[in-house]
Amino acid sequence: MTFSLTKSKNGVVVVGVDGQLIVGNRQDLKQKVLDALEAGARKFVIDFTKTGYIDSSGLGVLVSLSKKIREQGGDLRLAGLNEDLQTLFELTKLDTLFSITSTPAEALAAF
Amino acid sequence: MTTPLRLDVRRSARGGESDFELSLDVPSDLGYVGPAVELIAQRFTRGVLSPRRVRFNLRTALAEALANAIAYGNRHDPRRVVHVRVEAGRDAVHIHVTDAGQGFDPAAVPDPTLPGRLEREDGRGLFVLRSLVDHVAFSAAGNSICLTLRAG
Repeated sequence: MTFSLTKSKNGVVVVGVDGQLIVGNRQDLKQKVLDALEAGARKFVIDFTKTGYIDSSGLGVLVSLSKKIREQGGDLRLAGLNEDLQTLFELTKLDTLFSITSTPAEALAAF
Repeated sequence: MTTPLRLDVRRSARGGESDFELSLDVPSDLGYVGPAVELIAQRFTRGVLSPRRVRFNLRTALAEALANAIAYGNRHDPRRVVHVRVEAGRDAVHIHVTDAGQGFDPAAVPDPTLPGRLEREDGRGLFVLRSLVDHVAFSAAGNSICLTLRAG
């Protein structure tokens, strides 16, 4: 379970979540994104293309990061959710809080 | 995370081909949640549950139950363990997760999808759990949860 941060040409930080986003590694993701925010990044895409599962604390971290990024005038978008993860966002109504696209490329193009 | 996890596997007394029982003690440290989930999920590579349900429903529900037991039940106390017992049969899988805490009243947990609670970081665990498995039951004392995933 690792997180990779890459910066696109238009300055959007794309964070890849490889494996799972759960209670045991969420702080790592949080810290990486907050460091990038501190360093001046404002636009973020979290790419879940390679993610197996997300637990409620993983969802919680996304909610809290989104809030912090918005407070700094930025935006956090989600991409690449498989059908099960998409359902999880719908059940918890978090699909209403986030802009969700099917691929990271679509999320980048929309910024 | 230093203690190795030891999964005990045994054929169920009923003796069916797909019947087995797993038993695992997990230390009260959230770092063990991921490895414990993998250890158990790997026992379901074929058989009673579809690969998709193992990848998502079983893994997520077990992670939720373990995290709740470690954080709220055992309050991260290193002297306490969380006990996991899995009964896999032809028709269903039952997962019992038991902590050494005082228990809680699941009916008192508020709905995390209400407008005022939607932007909170925590409080979704039980809700997520209930939506991922076919049945959730609690012991009378509230310190043991039983998750049932029906075959398929």
